[in-house]
Amino acid sequence: MNVSVTRKPLSLADPNGFRYLSIGLTLAITSLFLVLPLATVLTEAFSKGLGPYSDSLTHPDTLAAIRLTLLTAAITVPLTTVFGVAAAWAVARFSFPGKNLLVTLIDLPFSVSPVIAGLIYVLVFGAQGWLGPWLAAHDIKIIFAVPGIILATLFVTFPFVARELIPLMQEIGCEEEEAALSLGAGPWQMFFSITLPNIKWGLLYGVLLCNARAMGEFGAVSVVSGHIRGLTNTLPLHVEVTYNEYDFIGSFAGASLLAGLAVVTLIVKTFLEWRQAQDLKAARLASE
Amino acid sequence: MGIILNNISKKFGDFTALDNIHLDIPEGELVALLGPSGCGKTTLLRIIAGLEQPDAGQVFLKGNEVTEQPVKNRQIGFVFQHYALFRHMTVFGNIAFGLRVKPRKQRLSEAEIKDKVHALLKLVQLDWLANRFPEQLSGGQRQRIALARALAVEPSVLLLDEPFGALDASVRKDLRLWLRHLHHELNVTSIFVTHDQEEAMEVASQIVVLNHGHIEQQGSPSDIYDHPANAFVSRFIGQTNVFDLEQTDTFWLKNSGLPTPQIGKVAHVRPHNIELAKATAGTAQAVLKDWQHLGALIRVELLNKEADDEVAIIFAEMPNEQFKALQIDKGEKVAVRIRHAHWFH
Repeated sequence: MNVSVTRKPLSLADPNGFRYLSIGLTLAITSLFLVLPLATVLTEAFSKGLGPYSDSLTHPDTLAAIRLTLLTAAITVPLTTVFGVAAAWAVARFSFPGKNLLVTLIDLPFSVSPVIAGLIYVLVFGAQGWLGPWLAAHDIKIIFAVPGIILATLFVTFPFVARELIPLMQEIGCEEEEAALSLGAGPWQMFFSITLPNIKWGLLYGVLLCNARAMGEFGAVSVVSGHIRGLTNTLPLHVEVTYNEYDFIGSFAGASLLAGLAVVTLIVKTFLEWRQAQDLKAARLASE
Repeated sequence: MGIILNNISKKFGDFTALDNIHLDIPEGELVALLGPSGCGKTTLLRIIAGLEQPDAGQVFLKGNEVTEQPVKNRQIGFVFQHYALFRHMTVFGNIAFGLRVKPRKQRLSEAEIKDKVHALLKLVQLDWLANRFPEQLSGGQRQRIALARALAVEPSVLLLDEPFGALDASVRKDLRLWLRHLHHELNVTSIFVTHDQEEAMEVASQIVVLNHGHIEQQGSPSDIYDHPANAFVSRFIGQTNVFDLEQTDTFWLKNSGLPTPQIGKVAHVRPHNIELAKATAGTAQAVLKDWQHLGALIRVELLNKEADDEVAIIFAEMPNEQFKALQIDKGEKVAVRIRHAHWFH
């Protein structure tokens, strides 16, 4: 046995077996709160066999919910990505008055309850809201319609990409970008050939988290959706509606999709974290 | 018609980085911007490059005003202190970058680019590294690749920000000489920033000494060393012994043979302008505290016991043989003779 690997400093010696206690406790809690529910979702979904499971997934209302969820993600994720890159650029590359305030504002959706976020939109765009009469007069539907769902999701997913990129771009610094400019590159050439390759893993990480949230968001969307079956139900809302109607197979089948999304997200996230760590290590080596 | 800076000023908040700088750099020179940290030398370099905008003043490159021009139109090559190599590109990709981002009409064919990159790699003697990534290179190699990358676009002006700052002492020595030879070969007007006076003396054909955002002196290395314009330059370039007439024993100074001042009350004496001899009556005496071997020269530390300022150490330098001929030991008295001094207020 290689003693030098296992030797620990005295301060880390563990006479009372606290190591086993803490590892055991963490494992127990993880399985109780994470693995067990996931298993329940799958067993419930398949409790009557594969047939009813696939029937409930191919039900028109379920398909409509899946489509709306995908549409919401397809619109919000690119917008959040563009906003996130722009915001990170502004914060990491320039100094301007109110910069700290901007960073705080970007974080706001993290600290506000999603229900409040939904409510804000109802108060602004709803029938009794500030813009309600004007919108009604021009026959524009936002609340209890798809635009409301997209707005609410945008609000909730707003900070994901920016939060990921701001520290990353600050760490990388702007010398490589300045080098590109000094070699005759235009701003867009610089962005696509230097900045983007340097931040790509962090960017993908942010996009991934943003996508998971956009597809899984419940609270904010629930307030503005109106739960119109086949029209304004996203997948998480569909799960709730079917569950309330004692359609357990339907509900858990929908939930299994969301759980699957979570697992895939987790795996990709782990990979991206590993890639990012490699890049940061290379960055530190390069600037030594 | 090299580089002309006219009335350049720059502030960062309340801090004045550059205060009304005038500078005229003839074509083909290799100039050192020399000064302590925070003196504004890097800011000045970045303003010439267009990476920073001056608050006031104009920049002329080769007779054309470029103050409002973006970096890409200035035809400059910039070498960054930490190299700033593109980490996701190979050495080849790095050097080819400036050639590949040109508008299609001016762009060389891939075959021509390949030839040119390999020619540059040969110039910096690193042809065998073309397919490596920056993280696989040593510091000195990175610096030379960064230089090759800057030269690829055939700049009319080459700007280097602390080019040797992040390197080991031995690598630094080699690269200094190499840069000087390369400049002889290419004859591109070049400016490099440094805080190391030895480096400036060794590499540059012209030195510009900066302090607190203004120029203290501009001239050839020997000009600046032999005729410092003021006390700051005299202290900053090389080692200097300072004798203040109001604080040092005037009798002692008179015995040392210090020439009388034409102006000023403070004498700056270079270590090699101090002569030692056997202590005899009527000479200015000091005690030999310590001495160091600097190769061909011996540096001697002397304590002037008769001065008011007891801790004042006098440094003298002399050739090896001369020191041996004196035959003095630590703690013994020697006679000090001052051959030459610069006087400042």
